Order: sequence, then structure tokens, then C-alpha cells
Amino acid sequence: MVKLKVKNVNFNYASVPILKDVCIELDRSEMLGVVGPNGAGKSTLLRCIDRILSPQEGCILLDGRDIKDMHLMDLAKKMAYIPQSATHVFPATVFDTVLMGRRPHVGWRSSEEDLEKVLDTLQMMHIEDLAMRDINEVSGGQQQKIFIACALAQEPDVLLLDEPTSNLDIRHQLEVLDIIKYIVVERGISAIMAIHDLNLAARYADRILMMNGGHIYAAGVPSSVLTPENINHAYGVEVEVINHNGRLYVLPLRPVVKR
Amino acid sequence: MTSSTETIPGTGKRAKIKAQYKKFIGRKIIFILFCILLIFIIAGVAATLGSFPITVAEVYTIIWQGLFQNPETTKEVVVWNLRLPRIFMAILAGAGLAIAGTMMQGILRNPLASPFTLGISASAGFGAVIAIILGAGFISGEYLVVVNAFVFSLIPTFVILGLSRYKSATPETMILAGIAMMYVFSALTQLINYFAEAEALKEAYFWMVGSLGRASWDDLLPVTIVLVVCTIPLMWKSWDVNVMGAGDERAKSLGVNVTRTRIVIMIISSLLTAGIVCFTGTIGFVGLVAPHICRMIIGGDVRFLIPASGLFGAAFLLACDLIARTIIAPIILPVGIVTALIGGPFLFFLLLRRRKEFW
Repeated sequence: MVKLKVKNVNFNYASVPILKDVCIELDRSEMLGVVGPNGAGKSTLLRCIDRILSPQEGCILLDGRDIKDMHLMDLAKKMAYIPQSATHVFPATVFDTVLMGRRPHVGWRSSEEDLEKVLDTLQMMHIEDLAMRDINEVSGGQQQKIFIACALAQEPDVLLLDEPTSNLDIRHQLEVLDIIKYIVVERGISAIMAIHDLNLAARYADRILMMNGGHIYAAGVPSSVLTPENINHAYGVEVEVINHNGRLYVLPLRPVVKR
Repeated sequence: MTSSTETIPGTGKRAKIKAQYKKFIGRKIIFILFCILLIFIIAGVAATLGSFPITVAEVYTIIWQGLFQNPETTKEVVVWNLRLPRIFMAILAGAGLAIAGTMMQGILRNPLASPFTLGISASAGFGAVIAIILGAGFISGEYLVVVNAFVFSLIPTFVILGLSRYKSATPETMILAGIAMMYVFSALTQLINYFAEAEALKEAYFWMVGSLGRASWDDLLPVTIVLVVCTIPLMWKSWDVNVMGAGDERAKSLGVNVTRTRIVIMIISSLLTAGIVCFTGTIGFVGLVAPHICRMIIGGDVRFLIPASGLFGAAFLLACDLIARTIIAPIILPVGIVTALIGGPFLFFLLLRRRKEFW
């Protein structure tokens, strides 16, 4: 059954159209990569899906229910959104930060069970050694892992990630995406990640959505979307797509000279 | 990643982290208990000190007897009608201002937010000065100044809320609007003061720096009600404020209605501030400094920060008033001067010796 359905969504910022007639269907245990040049509407799309922004037209259905009709807390139990690097974060221990992910599930007091779940998540992300450190004292890569841990403690069915690897070195990039992929498969959740790195998108996403100027320009399995023609059209960059040991690699050659 | 020496991987570590976390929570509770103890000690000392000579033993006998009969002798009147209301007012005002400051700093994610910087104190001062110098106000009689100050102190909040209907209520907009309002009301106050008679000016001045000298048993009841009624919903919302510390988008994704929470907390904190300053005048610095000091000691978790900074603020104001009454006795300084003179350097000292980022 379709987990998440985005139907004909249009979104304008002060009458400037950002999203134009976007339609997506997402299954359980599926990881969707959203790629596209800067300003293509990737982040706006994720924000609309999590009701942080309200689209002027169209609707988003989670398990067949319009998210507009859902209580905010109920939506938060099912969907988690991790913004692109958080701006200024209040000082808090890593443990407390991850504990915040339990907010939709509990009232005022955090129970023993919540503490256990925080510990599980910390261990899964291999950041248990940071538990009592302050979030502002750890590296950018570790912070990113902490925010993902917080979202995982939320136990969502749908995980929305905006550039989860933007602050990370290549080792952390692979570690973080491996964990997300593992959770998607293991817990049967769905994930949508906006990502700039086409090679990571090709490697981890089951399907790829290429956006350009608020439209969905191409969608499908990585090999059908990440073609030199599509990339040339959307990004204006000449590339070579290499198949190495069954994996796609996008090798940028040069920007296309605009006529 | 180096793992420690336990046999089953992870189990020992889990227990260790959990123990650390429990200890971390325990420290916060100990600090809160310590503040309660501190209040009792300072209040106990404050009751015995003053320009009228009464021995320590006498004071406590009088307090004990006063529980069962009305004060008659001069000594009894001094203790029951002058010192005790003043002590209780210091506790209530310190707690309320510190809690209001904690919440404002939390929802606006700004270390400078306090009842002062949001224009609440300045507008309350303007209302009071109108009443004191021009004799004009919403009601007549002995509560003219109090009611005027209360009504005026709510103006900045409503202006900020009105503004947020047209512009999005971001923390930055709210703070800038508050500061703008603070300057406008300060200027208006100075304008009136400029033309005032010397005697009225002195009274207005006393109000502007804040003092606990006018506290009476009659005033304590409304202040207590305001404090209790406002603190309960603030405590209830404390986890949401914590979540908002991670940023508005993340908070929304965690199911918190960020805009509504921010506005509701803003209104409650303003009411709390207004309910206090209308009786005491604009006592500065408690609302700014008490939350910071507590944040440095116990961390930023608002669930613990509300009781901690409330109790610390109470102890702090009580101590400042004690100093204000005794340092150059028989002259009693306005407590607002002492809070700033002690709170400022104290905050500075903590800033210098802190080991990690607290904001």
C-alpha cells in the first residue's frame, strides 16, 4: 500500500511559484532521493510534506489521510523532519537533545522507557560516548548524527531529511546513510532525502526524483534518471555517467556554455 | 571507537550513561533544594535585621505568637507589618521576575530577553509616572498607580502580538519591537519628568528604580495569585520550550505549534511581570540575571530551569533587599540599585570563569 502520496501540490512564496504540480507516491521501506539544482524546490517540498509550510493547492496523504486534518502531535508521531544544518542550537546535553524526539509520544514526564529508547538510538548511531557532552561542543558531523538520532527517537513512519550529509566528511557520509538505509529496510519506514551529491543519491536511493524550477523533471530508478541528458538539462553541466561494479558514478566534466 | 572493558558489549556502557544521566538530573534537584534552603536562611536573617532594634530571639517569639494573635506592641507591628510583608514580597517578586525572564529568553532564543528589554518595565514605569505626576489614570484612590502601571505594562505585549498578525512572529521581530517600545516609553516618561515638581519627581524616581518598601499584606495576595496562576501553565509548556530551542522547524516537526506557543508564553510572562512590577516598581536585573546564573549551573532544560531560577531569583532579591536595608542603615536604598550593582558583576564573574558554552 502507498504510504505517502503527494497530490498536485502547488506552493507559492508571495505569489512566486516554488512548487508546480508536484506528485509523488512513496511505499513502505522505500528511500526516495530528491535531487536538483539550488532553488529547485527540494527543501520547500519537504517542508510542505511535514506541514511546516501549507501548500496553496493539492494535498498530502499519509496512510490515505490528509495531513491537514491530522493533529500536529499525531503527525509528529508518524513523520520526522531533519532540517538542513540547524542554525543556532540551545545548549543541551546530547542525551537531552535526543530525548526531545520522544516529545510527541509522552506528556510532561519522560519515563524509564523513553530513557531506554534514547539509549537504543544513541547506540544505533554509535554516539553513546557523547551522551553527556554539550551539543555545541561536538563536531558538525557528530551534530548531524545527533539530529538524526533525535528524529529516530521520534519513531516515525516517514523520515524527511534535508541534506543529511552536507556537513559530513566522506566517512561520516557513508556511515550516516548506511544507518538510514538500514532503518528504512529494518523498520519498514519510508524516507525522503533531499541531497546534492548525485553519487550518494545513486548509491542509496531506491528511486530518484529530479526537480528543476519547481517541477518534477524526471523520476524513476537511479539509472533512468541520472542520465547525462537529464543532468545536462537540469543542472547545465556536461557529465559522464560511469557504471563501476554495478554502481552509477556521475563524473562532472564542465558547465555547459549558455548561448 | 574504543569500547570499555565490559563483557557484553554495550550493556555496561548503557548502565553507565543512565547512571550519569540520573546524576545529572539529581544535581538539578539538589540545586533547587539548595535554593529553598537559601531562601529560608536569608529570610530568617532578614526578619531580624532592621533599623528598629529587636533581638533575634524576640523576633522569632513575635513571629510565633503573631500566628495566633494580632500584633499590638510596636515590636510586633514592626515585625509583622513591616518586615514580613517585605520579605514575602521579595520572594514573590524575585521568583516571578526570574521565571518571566527564563521563559522570554527561552521562547525568543535570545540571552538579552527580559521584562526590561521587551519594554514591559518601561511602559509600566510610564503608567506609574502618569499616575504619580499627573494624577491621571484608570481609577482613582490608593490603587491608582498600581492599576495604571499594570494596564500600561500590557501595551508592549499587545503591540507585539498585533504586529505578529502582519509580520511573522519571529523572535527577532518581537525583540526589536520590544526594544523600540522600551525607548518610546522611556522617552515619554522622561518628558513628563522634565516638567514635574521636585516632590513628585522623587516619588516617580523611587518607583522607577523599584523598591519593596511599600509591600503590605494586602498586596501579597494578588501577587501570589498572579505568580501561581501564571507559573502553572508555564511549567506545563516547559517541554515545548525545550523543543523550540532546537529551532522552529524542528519543533514544528515534533508537533509543537511554535507560533501559538510563543504567543501564549509571551502573554503569560507579561502578565506575570505586570502583576509584580505594578506593586514593586521596575526592579531590574533579576529577570535577566537569575535565569543566566541558573542556566550556567544546571543547564538549559526549562523543566528544571523554571523552579530553579524562580527560587534563585527569590533568594537573590531577598539578599539584595537585605543589603539595601542594612548597608548604610538607617538609610534604605531602593532594591533595584542593589540588584544591578550586585547582579552585574556576579554575572560578569560567571562569564569569565565558565568552562563551557552555556548559551
